[in-house]
Amino acid sequence: MQAFEYARPSTVQEAVSLLGNSWEDANLLAGGTDLLSLMKDYIHTPKRLVSLKGIKELEGIRKSAGGLRIGALVTLEELLRNPDVRKEYPSLAAAARGVASPQMRNMGTVGGDLCQRPRCWYFRLGFGLLAKGPNGESLVPSGDNRYHAIFNNRGPAYFVSASSFGPPLVALGATVNLVSPSGTRELPVEKFFVAPATENARENVLAPNEILTEILVPPAAGVRNATYEVRQKMALDYPLATASVALRMRGNTVASARIVLGHVAPVPWRAQAAEKALTGKTLNAAAIEEAAKAAVQGATPLSMNGYKVQLASVAVKRALEEAAQART
Amino acid sequence: MKKKKPEPGVTRRGFIRGVGLGSGVAGAGILETEAAAAPAVQVVGPGPAQVTLKVNGKQHTLNLEPRVTLLDALRDHLNYTGAKKVCDRASCGACTVIVGGKAVYACNMLAIEAQGQDIQTVESLSSGNKYHPLITAFVENDAQQCGFCTPGFVMAAKAFLEQNPNPTYEEVKAGLGGNLCRCGTYIGLRNAVLQAAKQMKGAANG
Ligand SMILES: Cc1cc2nc3c(=O)[nH]c(=O)nc-3n(C[C@H](O)[C@H](O)[C@H](O)COP(=O)(O)OP(=O)(O)OC[C@H]3O[C@@H](n4cnc5c(N)ncnc54)[C@H](O)[C@@H]3O)c2cc1C
Repeated sequence: MQAFEYARPSTVQEAVSLLGNSWEDANLLAGGTDLLSLMKDYIHTPKRLVSLKGIKELEGIRKSAGGLRIGALVTLEELLRNPDVRKEYPSLAAAARGVASPQMRNMGTVGGDLCQRPRCWYFRLGFGLLAKGPNGESLVPSGDNRYHAIFNNRGPAYFVSASSFGPPLVALGATVNLVSPSGTRELPVEKFFVAPATENARENVLAPNEILTEILVPPAAGVRNATYEVRQKMALDYPLATASVALRMRGNTVASARIVLGHVAPVPWRAQAAEKALTGKTLNAAAIEEAAKAAVQGATPLSMNGYKVQLASVAVKRALEEAAQART
Repeated sequence: MKKKKPEPGVTRRGFIRGVGLGSGVAGAGILETEAAAAPAVQVVGPGPAQVTLKVNGKQHTLNLEPRVTLLDALRDHLNYTGAKKVCDRASCGACTVIVGGKAVYACNMLAIEAQGQDIQTVESLSSGNKYHPLITAFVENDAQQCGFCTPGFVMAAKAFLEQNPNPTYEEVKAGLGGNLCRCGTYIGLRNAVLQAAKQMKGAANG
């Protein structure tokens, strides 16, 4: 990797002041599990790394009446072991458990997971986020697109959002705090992820001089939530398709539903037709079946990833079945 | 670096930040555009800087560029060659060492970030012809074929057993989920960890 300067501030303010206005100036280093790989491949070539590891205020999980506060530096392992997460947010625990490597869970942070770059192999091989070939057209539609998007894939972006935590956090209505020299903004996780329209844009709204400091998840009381992941391998790989659900119940009736698919679009993908199909229904096998079908309505698979349509539908079905059995 | 027009209401400091790096910096940063005013955070590199690592109980002071990973520091600068460099992308486990009691991939941790913590490598598990129960168990259970992934598996297993002294087969399987063996000796590996668990408990009780 290219040589760089290194700084280890102890406050968010110091960290922000060490960043620059372009991604080439400085990058934030959390667990390093994604960033250092990108740097070894010269996909990221920052002149400076600003380590977050010395910043105490970015640590810790705290539950209050307002919900759950997860510091950006909380590791996936800490999240998985947290009793409140296990009990009230099974959809987050499942996402953490899905990253099956203990070493990855010990090093990787929740903030880093949300900010990790897409795994699209064109991107990772240096063709850029929009995977453009010599004549400016995306290589994905006519290339090897088996792991690419089946929704929101009419270009220019075809990759899938990589984070396992995106979908459950969107389903739970979580927000993130972003701090930059001009202050703090709080944003729904749903608005944090974006499908880039140009090669200079990114897959989220972070500015180069901005730090994701914490994640705020609303209280889970009365919210049945679950995540189901379909994976080809049991470890050291990403899911093929996932579904996260959060259901507010009135007795046995679904008062409101959020159903979010993962690894099927450049962003965590709200399956609004499925949400609508389920709302007002009794949560039984027939309603679940109908929602699972509705979830993949309008999918536009590419030449090699039609299989994902069925996987996503099954993921919705199984996530809803799990939520139906939950007691909250 | 592209210059941006200052927006209305932006201070000079903010503007300078807009065209370069922030200024909360002390030392000889290559990128500053303004002398440090407020918080002084030390910036080191890109050239070598002093890095102190505590490996298997012993302190070593090295002069390393910040880009040197813990794995390269161990192998190339300290001659601890047990941890192996295979994928070098946090995707195989051959470089697993224990830092601060936790199994980590040494390939994706900067050496400079591992300072102030206990670093354990596979070399710490034998002295002379005395072996840690895990090593004996690996031999007795045919837990390797070519052996290249072995040091990583042994260290992952050690960290796992410290957290789970009495594991089931399924727990061992999950506990080794961060390591790959291309020879496919997983059955032997899992049995070795179960055997070591029994022996280590026996030792603790005895
Ligand atoms: C083999 C393998 C399998 C994996 N499987 C999965 C999986 O199934 N699901 C999944 O979700 N992930 C998976 N991962 C990814 C892994 O979880 C992430 O690499 C990890 O969580 C990133 O966290 P980190 O702290 O190491 O981030 P880093 O590598 O330190 O940083 C990642 C990026 O985020 C930026 N960043 C980090 N923290 C912040 C912050 N607080 N504010 C702003 N920017 C920040 C960095 O600048 C960098 O660009 C896998 C990775 C590998 C190698």
